[in-house]
Amino acid sequence: MSQVSTSPSMAALGATAKPERRDIGLRGRYAAERRFRLYGMAAIAFGLVFLFLLLFSVVSKGYTAFQQSMITIPVEFSEQIIDKDNERATNPQKLVSANYPVVARNALAKVLGVSEDDRQGLRAINGMISDSVRTQLRDLVTADPSIIGTTRTVSFLAHGDLDSAFKGQIDLSVAENNRKISDKQIGWMNQLAESGALAKHFNTGIFVNGASSRPEAAGVGVAAVGSLYMMLIVLVLALPIGVAASIYLEEFAPKNRFTDLIEVNINNLAAVPSIVYGLLGLAVFVNFAGFPRSASLVGGLVLTLMTLPTIIIATRSALKAVPPSIRAAALGLGASKMQTVFHHVLPLAMPGILTGTIIGLAHALGETAPLLLIGMVAFVADIPSTPLEPATALPVQIYMWANEAERAFVERTSGAIIILLIFLILMNVGAILLRRRFERRW
Amino acid sequence: MSISFLLLIVAIIGVAGYLIGSWRANALAGGKLSSLHSRPGYYGSYVAVWSMLPAVVVLLVWIVASPIYISSTVRAGFPEEVKATSQAEQNLGYNMISAIARGLRVLAPEEREAIFKDGSTARTVLAGKGVPLAADPAPYMLTSADSLNRMSQASSTFLAIVVVLTALAGAVFSYRVIAPKFRARNRVEGVMLVGLIAASSIAILTTVGIVASMLTEAVHFFNRVPAWEFFFGTVWDPRFAAAGSTDSSGQFGLIPLLAGTLYIGFVAMLVAVPVGLFAAIYMSEYASRHVRSVAKPLLEVLAGIPTIVYGFFALVTVGPFLRDLSAQLSGLVTGDYSNFIQAQSVLTAGFVMGIMLIPYVSSLSDDIITAVPRALRDGSLGLGATRSETIKRVILPAALPGIVGALLMTASRAVGETMIVVLAAGVAARIQINPFEPMTTVTVKIVSQLTGDLEFTSPQTLVAFALGITLFVITLCLNIYALYIVRKYREQYE
Repeated sequence: MSQVSTSPSMAALGATAKPERRDIGLRGRYAAERRFRLYGMAAIAFGLVFLFLLLFSVVSKGYTAFQQSMITIPVEFSEQIIDKDNERATNPQKLVSANYPVVARNALAKVLGVSEDDRQGLRAINGMISDSVRTQLRDLVTADPSIIGTTRTVSFLAHGDLDSAFKGQIDLSVAENNRKISDKQIGWMNQLAESGALAKHFNTGIFVNGASSRPEAAGVGVAAVGSLYMMLIVLVLALPIGVAASIYLEEFAPKNRFTDLIEVNINNLAAVPSIVYGLLGLAVFVNFAGFPRSASLVGGLVLTLMTLPTIIIATRSALKAVPPSIRAAALGLGASKMQTVFHHVLPLAMPGILTGTIIGLAHALGETAPLLLIGMVAFVADIPSTPLEPATALPVQIYMWANEAERAFVERTSGAIIILLIFLILMNVGAILLRRRFERRW
Repeated sequence: MSISFLLLIVAIIGVAGYLIGSWRANALAGGKLSSLHSRPGYYGSYVAVWSMLPAVVVLLVWIVASPIYISSTVRAGFPEEVKATSQAEQNLGYNMISAIARGLRVLAPEEREAIFKDGSTARTVLAGKGVPLAADPAPYMLTSADSLNRMSQASSTFLAIVVVLTALAGAVFSYRVIAPKFRARNRVEGVMLVGLIAASSIAILTTVGIVASMLTEAVHFFNRVPAWEFFFGTVWDPRFAAAGSTDSSGQFGLIPLLAGTLYIGFVAMLVAVPVGLFAAIYMSEYASRHVRSVAKPLLEVLAGIPTIVYGFFALVTVGPFLRDLSAQLSGLVTGDYSNFIQAQSVLTAGFVMGIMLIPYVSSLSDDIITAVPRALRDGSLGLGATRSETIKRVILPAALPGIVGALLMTASRAVGETMIVVLAAGVAARIQINPFEPMTTVTVKIVSQLTGDLEFTSPQTLVAFALGITLFVITLCLNIYALYIVRKYREQYE
């Protein structure tokens, strides 16, 4: 103790007389302190770096998916090719089954100045046009057969490989045989780009198209509609059931074995791996109850069961946060227990409940594994008009595209991830705003 | 009459009942509302409940019961020689009959005539209507299908009549009960309470559903493949389920899958635990309010990103990066530019999963560390300990049970995680210790056994349920053990 009390005076003596201090390892201890602190900062930095790497990797691969190369040229709807023997009046199948890709190919060959006898050249030109041109021209002609024999300016999709090359994603230093696009096609590409016939347009197809084996024509339309159906089902089922269950557990339940059992169950269900819910859905909804496979109804039911624990837990804490004085006042004025809860407690807890629900929905929107098991990994090209029809979901579409080998699908996959993340961000921001706006502190 | 239309009618009767009930209560009160026991709305609700609830119950029971009744009647009408065949064959026949019945409903009358005259045309005619048949129908099938159609027609007509009558009867009955002294509010609240209890029982039902559905399918599996071969087998080779064949020639050893699951989970925990713990400690003990308010939500964004996105990140970014890195490294050391890390490997999957788990570890531990009372910190700091010493010697020991609990819960997530491993871990089921090679997990195999065409009789499909129940039990045990540790070793301050 005396040592301590004298040390300031010794320090005051100045640097001439070296103070006699007991070595308590302060230097080492402070170094350890700094190291420890550094570890903490490094840990947070590690997490954040990978967050940004992840987002950067997705965005840098995917932002180009929102633009698509289109070829805009005058197309001659030659009667010679579409309906040689003029039998469209008697045989309506004729216009449906006509060889439209040749129409587009010839139009492009004409623009590029390739002779119609140059078979190799024509094949190379075919490789620059998306196969989706078949349905596009067919729809044009069947809608208005009078355009046969005339020449119209049409915009159609470029082939996926040409699209990649035009966006500069194909390494041109690789030997010609080892890449998907030849030097001749690159030359034509530049020629078309200079004349303005080939240009990048905003890609609406990725938002509205269904599944396609051609990357340039594939989109998340079906998946988005399927996800929308499922979110609606989850909202309609999980919100009322979850709120009702929480009200019972928080406000009415006596403390007995039955309510204990429910509590334990809810806590465990929150921790059950999502894939187990998929197995449940497959065995109960599809196999036992006979609901159609791949339907968004089944997906919605499975996600409802999965989201319920989240919503129940959030709702209970929102109900708990309403002070007992509110209940006491309502009961004191003669309201019944039920009236107290539904007229006073529930409206006050509503912002918290909705916040929890939105976060639960966001989780459900990103969930993939259970949907794989109930058969939502399907090739669905047409937008489903009811929840009973086969559909896919946004994350499942991402999974399916991630398994595709073609280069252009990586871009699509990243684009779909960006769309999914934007939805999730919107939902979470909505939840935060809701909480900020309506949260009350008692 | 379709079910939804019927429900609509019931709802209309219910709304009408509500209005009439309220009006009746008002009329009885005669302008003096205090003479009523409950407010008029409750009388209305009472009528509405009586008109809708019994009707809906009847509807549900009918929907479940009538197909069973119809199917047994149709089967009873099978010719003797068909009845003599095995149950499976009769089921096949019945499926075909219901397909034909579906087709017959969309046919024009003359087409029906033609089919009944000559059964051999049925297949082509029905295929034209979008109802493909597996084979030419036997003659008895057409008549059975016809009677099936007639019965379901009759059933739906009866259903409509019965449901509407029930709704009306309920409405009339409850309307007659209304009197000023009648305790309508208590009755309605009683019904509401039952509804609340039913809603909370769904949690129990879900658990029961999970366990029951997986157990029954798993038992089917264990009838084909002995349980000890599944639990202790070291070879996973399910073979392909050839259509129609039911022989279980494949080998279903759980051990390689379990080894992969635990190995990848272990690598993930190696990444997530130190990073998450240090992040939590820094956030709760060192960071200024400002840093905390930025870093904490940002880290939690990691938890909000769907796992499929992590899987894609592992597949196209981390995996190829590690592969190329290993090729460069081995090139520097040996001059041979061959990669020793595979693009799909335990390391890739485990590392990315570890990043995903960081926020779980950090936010759970953060809560627990923050819950350690101020007095413990102040005491330690007051005795001259540095902050890190306080954390290491005082706070962490006090928070240890909670942290262990949090880590166990995180581990259960790692075990149950699916999409990252599906995309990044590989599908080769083998037991080995090199983290640079691919391994596979229980969840990957559940997905791969259940995608594509399913036959609920082949062990190749049923094994997924045995895997699922194993997974369920493992995660359940981890969670229960976590709760147990937290409860048992929790320090009681106060």
